Amino acid sequence: MKKRERIAWTLFTVLTINIFAQTGITIKIKGSDTCLPISQKEAEQYMKTHAGSSISVIGGGSGVGIAALFDGTTDIAMSSRPIKLSEKLKMQEAGKAYKQIIIGYDALSVIVHPENKVSQLTREQIEAIYTGKITNWKAVGGDDIAIVVYSRESSSGTFEFFKEHLLKNKNYTSKALMMPATGAIIQSVSQTKGAIGYVGLAYVEKDIKPIKISYDQGKNFVAPSMANAKNKTYPVVRPLYYYYTTNVEKKVKPFIDYILTAEGQKIIEQVGYIPVK
Amino acid sequence: MNKRHRFTAQILEKISERILFISSTVTSLAVLLIIIFMFREGLGLFNHTPVEEGSILAINRANPVKELTAEQVKKIFDQEITNWKEVGGIDSTIELFRIDDIFNFYTEEQVGSEFENLGQLLSEHINAHSNILAFFPAHFKIKNFLGKELPVEKISFGKFFLGKEWFPTAHPAAQFGILSLILGTLWISIGAILIALPFGLATAIYMSEIADERVRNFLKPVIELLAGIPSVVYGFFGLVVIVPAIQQIFNLPVGETALAGSIILGVMALPTIITISEDALRTTPRTLKEASLALGANQWQTIYKVTVPYASSGITAAAILGIARAMGETMAVLMVTGNAAVIPTSFLQPVRTIPATIAAELGEAPQDGMHYKALFALGCILFFITLIINFAVQYISSRKKHG
Repeated sequence: MKKRERIAWTLFTVLTINIFAQTGITIKIKGSDTCLPISQKEAEQYMKTHAGSSISVIGGGSGVGIAALFDGTTDIAMSSRPIKLSEKLKMQEAGKAYKQIIIGYDALSVIVHPENKVSQLTREQIEAIYTGKITNWKAVGGDDIAIVVYSRESSSGTFEFFKEHLLKNKNYTSKALMMPATGAIIQSVSQTKGAIGYVGLAYVEKDIKPIKISYDQGKNFVAPSMANAKNKTYPVVRPLYYYYTTNVEKKVKPFIDYILTAEGQKIIEQVGYIPVK
Repeated sequence: MNKRHRFTAQILEKISERILFISSTVTSLAVLLIIIFMFREGLGLFNHTPVEEGSILAINRANPVKELTAEQVKKIFDQEITNWKEVGGIDSTIELFRIDDIFNFYTEEQVGSEFENLGQLLSEHINAHSNILAFFPAHFKIKNFLGKELPVEKISFGKFFLGKEWFPTAHPAAQFGILSLILGTLWISIGAILIALPFGLATAIYMSEIADERVRNFLKPVIELLAGIPSVVYGFFGLVVIVPAIQQIFNLPVGETALAGSIILGVMALPTIITISEDALRTTPRTLKEASLALGANQWQTIYKVTVPYASSGITAAAILGIARAMGETMAVLMVTGNAAVIPTSFLQPVRTIPATIAAELGEAPQDGMHYKALFALGCILFFITLIINFAVQYISSRKKHG
């Protein structure tokens, strides 16, 4: 009995301390899984230097974040794609004004199995592979093996970006294998000889081979690397966004400003993304 | 004293009765509400146009085409259909126009910084190009629009159930055909049960009839442990071990196949099948078995001529519940089957199941959009399948009671 009482008291004290400790500002951030590591790291550093502030970061996807923004259940929505027209109209209906801020960039790299002979492709070739017009590596200068196309799920912001930029808005072949996460794509590409896939630059590792891409019909091929992404020679780069409604601007501005400082941008580079400046 | 004691006991009994009543009512109400919510969201899909919300397709007024199907729209924008003749129009090349293309024809000054002239320009542009198919936001359609809005065939039950293409985020018209998803789910579940039933039944017979007490006390908790492993762990195990193994054994270009899903689901359904069929086998009266042995049958003959037939309805129920377990499984399947929405023709090709589709896509589908509703409609279908399975189990178990 005594022991139980003691436990109850300890719990009670811990809870009250916690409640009193959170008198500073609390910011809720929700959305894209691509932006998740950035926000987590930034929040961690920010809370260290700004006592009394508390930031909670939740993933779930770009669409989830933006939906939470017009429900009012989050202060900042992070997104790896710009807000869609239908979502804009919904914001307008709800009578909410919002602001958009680019916090950093993410470069996408197209990857293949390390034993694949092919090391460069033009955008047109990638389009033909992903729409199902080219089905064998032989057609693009490789060995005679079937191409296995890996893609992210249609819900992912990365899926949309890849479709818009590399496929010029054409639809993926229905034979494409849809993987639920970046990790699953890397795992599958590393163990499938004929595989092709796409992942964020931050995820490239030695089990897979990134491919050089040409956006000018094969005149110049550029390798996906941090340096090439920074000097803008690598073409497949997308912005990462923060959205917030103007009524919470006072609360969230200090944190967003912090991300845009030199210190905050350094964190973005550490996590593996490209800073704005 | 005694009297008072009895009185309090009565009161307590009444109170606990009430509590039990309330909790059961609340539970059933909650279940009903969830079902109603699911169906309301799901049925909202039908009789809507599949064109993206807030956008329209428009053509020149002189164009004779009256309506397109979602499939035709997708093929046109993928440039597989390039001539109006193929969709019932005149013989001329289709000229595609998206809202961003406006700057190829007009300067930014002409459009205006707030896009105030955009509606007028769109109207003029469509009027000037007779073979155009334009896709733009509906609020740029001005009052005296010179073009003609082109309707797209609405989503119907038939198109939904028998459509072969699942492109829920296709622009401008989404494709909601779930035939490949339904077949994929059934295909994997059948494979799983073909793998799990022989193993499960063999284990159940061994445990209930042959194994001695010590072996059984060891085996039972181990098998029940299988049910406690999180499905993500099964999925990852499948992706790292089973998928490459299948790829090598069958020399396939890709290891993420229906077979991989069936093997994983088979293992996951084993505890259900073993526990239920073992219980059924154990209910065989001893007198029956002893009679069989007394007539000179050996133990093996007794098992397959007496015990198994007696427990057959229980074993069937076990198999059906195993299938149900396999059908509803999400995460493990999502990781190993490759999720390509094609109609399965063999076990050595990727498939996509209903639960995997819902899990993978619901996270980023815009709320209340067509895609969101289509996923709820998929949920309704899964609900009906499970309902039918439950009725089947009840029917089979009740058949046993009446002899």
